Amino acid sequence: MNLLTLFRRRESAPVARERLQVLLAHERAVVGGSDLVAVLQEEILTAIAKHVAVDRDKVQVKLDRGDPISTLEIDIEVPTLMRAAVAGHG
Amino acid sequence: MAQVVVVTSGKGGVGKTTSTAALGAALAQGGGNVVVVDFDVGLRNLDLVMGAERRVVFDLVNVVQGDAKLHQALIRDKRLENLALLPASQTRDKDALTSEGVTRVVAELRDKFDWILCDSPAGIERGATLAMRHADVAVVVTNAEVSSVRDSDRIIGLLDSKTEKAERGQRIPKHLLLTRYDAARASRGEMLKTEDVLEILSIPLLGIIPESQEVLRASNIGAPVTLANPTSSPARAYAEAARRLKGEQIRVSVPVERSGFFGKLFGRRAVA
Repeated sequence: MNLLTLFRRRESAPVARERLQVLLAHERAVVGGSDLVAVLQEEILTAIAKHVAVDRDKVQVKLDRGDPISTLEIDIEVPTLMRAAVAGHG
Repeated sequence: MAQVVVVTSGKGGVGKTTSTAALGAALAQGGGNVVVVDFDVGLRNLDLVMGAERRVVFDLVNVVQGDAKLHQALIRDKRLENLALLPASQTRDKDALTSEGVTRVVAELRDKFDWILCDSPAGIERGATLAMRHADVAVVVTNAEVSSVRDSDRIIGLLDSKTEKAERGQRIPKHLLLTRYDAARASRGEMLKTEDVLEILSIPLLGIIPESQEVLRASNIGAPVTLANPTSSPARAYAEAARRLKGEQIRVSVPVERSGFFGKLFGRRAVA
């Protein structure tokens, strides 16, 4: 470890500043308006459930808040097409 | 006209009670008639910091519920005759405060005092929203640390939506009081700088209170730091913050705590 890395290691304040800026940009949007992520998740699931049976316990939701974009990943386990068709007729 | 000030933060342990006591005493030293009100029902501490814990008979809950008159619950400070304390209850919980009761008590306090400083409990629940409800102005106490800044941001959102002023469509002035600040660490990049916190929260700065042993010493002996050691750096910073609260324009300096050899060393460096 040289002097430069020692110096860099101590500069944690800029990291704190950046993390806060990204986080608060999102939290302000959520608190100010509706909880967009929860609404999106619910509507997407409802749309899919119209056509196939969805097991709510097998839905994985991942959110990565970033700057400038965030990703919302909704992982839904869908029954195989055959079973889905049967479920649809039943 | 009376000014109701809420001292709030969201996060606990950042210095709300210390700041309420210190600002209250500083405002009283400036000549106003001042009352500090403890809204932390169930976990009262303003009485201890003010050194009045042995004189509490009735409290805010008794007055709110009509079991005691306001003048019976108010405790006059022994050092400053124009400073009073309205303690919180230690045995009840925050549901003992009714919205109508608090409204009535605050209106009564407005008739008697020039400054009403409400020490908010931590959190964003009922106790905190009742403390801010009738405020004309808010002092947001924040440490230069991520969780405190985040919680302050949340509290600022509540001030803009849950206060009477906000509901009437008015803007409630909010001031940042940066406490436990270590200028030497900030200059070394180990702590968020004042400018960082100001930029993130976007509210004007009321003052910067340095991290100091004097604050603990003052609470040990039960005196607001502005009275316990008026020449100490936190006391001077609070006194200036109180003058800004009254509308005086004073430049905010970054106070440096000088204690011991290293303190002096860093102190000089930060000042230079």
